[in-house]
This record gives sequence, C-alpha cells and structure tokens, in this order.
Amino acid sequence: MNFDIDVRLQRGDFTSEFAFVSDAAVTALVGPSGHGKTSLLLAVAGLVRPVGGHIHVGGRTLFDAAAGIDVPARNRNLGVMFQDVRLFPHLTVRANLGYAGRATPDDVVAMAARLGLSALLDRWPRHLSGGEARRTALGRALLAKPAALLLDEPLAHLDSALAHEMIALLADISRTVPLLHVTHDLDEVEQLGATIVRI
Amino acid sequence: MNGLELSLAESAAILVSLKVAGVATLCTMPVAFGLAFLLARQRFPGKPVIDALVNLPLVMPPVVTGYLLLLAFGRSGWAGQALASVGVSVLFRWTGAAIAAGVMALPLMVSPMRLALEGMDRRLEAAAATLGATRRRVFATITLPLILPGIIAGTVLGFAKALGEFGATAIFVSSIPGETETLPLAINALLQVPGGEAAALRLAVLSIVIALAALVAAQYWQRRAVRHRS
Repeated sequence: MNFDIDVRLQRGDFTSEFAFVSDAAVTALVGPSGHGKTSLLLAVAGLVRPVGGHIHVGGRTLFDAAAGIDVPARNRNLGVMFQDVRLFPHLTVRANLGYAGRATPDDVVAMAARLGLSALLDRWPRHLSGGEARRTALGRALLAKPAALLLDEPLAHLDSALAHEMIALLADISRTVPLLHVTHDLDEVEQLGATIVRI
Repeated sequence: MNGLELSLAESAAILVSLKVAGVATLCTMPVAFGLAFLLARQRFPGKPVIDALVNLPLVMPPVVTGYLLLLAFGRSGWAGQALASVGVSVLFRWTGAAIAAGVMALPLMVSPMRLALEGMDRRLEAAAATLGATRRRVFATITLPLILPGIIAGTVLGFAKALGEFGATAIFVSSIPGETETLPLAINALLQVPGGEAAALRLAVLSIVIALAALVAAQYWQRRAVRHRS
C-alpha cells in the first residue's frame, strides 16, 4: 500500500481525524481551504506531530502513536514540495537542486534539463519566476530520491500554460514515484487520473 | 620627532588596545552566540532574568560594572579565588582589561545575533530536514549562513565597544602603560598633563582610523554574506 494513514491532528482548539488508504500512483487530497489538508501533508512529512494514529508510506511505519514510533522528518525519505516553495535563498538553483546530497553533479544537470532549468542553474532563487521556483523545488525534492512525493498545491499561482506543463511533468514523475497531492482543483485531479480522497 | 610620529608609549597603547579588544571580541563571540541562541530559540524558566542580566552592563554605570568585576576577581572574590587556585590573576593585567571589555560588549553582541535568529524563516530549516539533512547540517548550511549578517553586526559592535571601553576597565585593572592602558585610557592620561594635547590628538585620530577600518571590513563581509539578495 502506498499510503495507509489514520491520524488525529490537534489544530488550535479542536482535533481533526483523517483516515484513508490508497495504492494509486497519484492520490489527491481534495477539500475546501482550512480543513487541514496542509496540516495532514506536513504530518506525513514529519513536520507536524499527530496526537494519535498511524502513518504508513510504502509499507514503512513512519508514525505509530500506540507503538511509540515517530521517525524524524530527515529519516522519512519523503520529498516535499511546499506550497510556499521554500527554496534556500542563499544557494543557487544548482545548489538548491543538489542539496539532499544524493545526486551527482551530472544528475543535477540532467534534472535541470528535464525541468527546463538548464539556463538558470547559477541564479539566485529571488531571480526566478513563480513557475521556475516551483520546478526548482520539485527537482530538489526528486533529487533526494524519495520513496514518495508530497505536493501542496503544486499549481497554485501558475498561469494555465505553466499549470499544463506542471501537470504533464507530475504525470511523468508519478510513473516512478507515488504522489500525495493536496489541491482544491478537481480539473487538476482529473487530468492526473488521481484517486480522490475528500477531506 | 615630527608631529605624526608615535612615541613608544603611544604605540604601546595602540597595541594594548588592539590586543584587549581583539581577544575580548573573539572570546565573547561564542558566549554571545550561545546566549542569543538560548534567548531566541529556547523556552526555559528564568529566561527574563537571564535576558536582563545579559543587558545589565548596558544600563549600569560602567564604573559599577568595573567595581563588581573587582569584587568578583579580587583576592577574596569567588572568581579571583578560583583563578588563584590555578595560579592566575587578572588584576592589573591586560587579560583583566579584556574581561571588562568583553562584559561591556556582551549585550551589544547578543542583540543583533538574537534578532537575526528570531527573524530567520524557520520553515527553511524544516525544508532542509525533509531533504535528509541532520540537525548539524541544517545549522551549518541553512541557519548559520542566513544569520551571518547578524553575527557580523554583533561582532563589529562588540569590537567597537571593546575598543572604546573606559569606565569599567579603569576601575577594574587601572591604567598601567604597556599592560592595561588602552587608547581611551591613554588619551585621558595625556589630557591630564600639560603639553599632552598633541599626543592625545594623534591617539584620537588613530582611534577613529581603527574604528573606521573595522566598519569598512564589516561592510565588505556583510555584502558578501547577502550577495544572494542583490
């Protein structure tokens, strides 16, 4: 099973429960804003600690409250593409892409070519457009060779042409890495052929 | 001797000043960074007290700080007795002057480092963790480079304060030429004797030159540290 998740998250004064299993190449978490989709994604990534339940990804237990298991984010081997991108501002595109340290310089160059970033390798992140920054963040996560990729609104703030490109890219990536994808856009989900989990 | 040449005593004052301020800054920097990190990132009981103690030298009369140091490091003081047991005394030594300068510089060094730590986007550290980086690597490759401007600012402020320190040093280790007599103390001494004005002026100009050089060097490092922002 790619994702087997049943967690309770403390969000402010109340607790939300989320439970789903999915073996699809692309699993889309769909629901209105403010229902905790991002919190759930961050919990899977290991950046938000659930108050109970379990998280299994690719058959590996990452969190299990009953068994006292909470694998730190750095050991979860999950790629995360944050909604707020979070490129390292003091590192060039090349250094951002290679940050995880699992890729050779040639891998970085090949990934940049795949994502259309070849001409931008020596730029600072602040000189990138929104689409370029997102592709860099995607490449950085992929070059960590993750067991699964977590995407938080990967098409937010992209115009329709760029969004189209990104969808093609994600569809391509999903052939080798399972995706867990947070969105509120059903069109996007349909184009990716995703299994929908409503939150 | 023409008007621009320095006497031996004047050269000694410069060397003492650079040694005292340099050693005080270098030794205080890790302490200041540790305190800044503690105050910016940790929650613990008594934090307001530590915060106030760090800033105390800023608001107390320097003479009082010097007197407290004298009590602590004197023959019957707790620090003085601890040092005496290993055969060390800092009284009337340049090392004592460096301690006084370091204590006075501490709050000025902590403040910019703490602000830089508090102003840093911690979500970047979380992003680095998801890429498999250990805490040590996150600190070395993300936190430290991003707060470097604050560290540089704190270091320069601390060095400037250490260079200009007068009151606490005068009370704690007195003014001994060639040992504890720093530039401000030497200028003060020269102004007390007839005919000392020319030498005092030379040392005053030198103080300005040293301070300016430190500021220019700091600006250069600052620009390098934030070149990704331009």
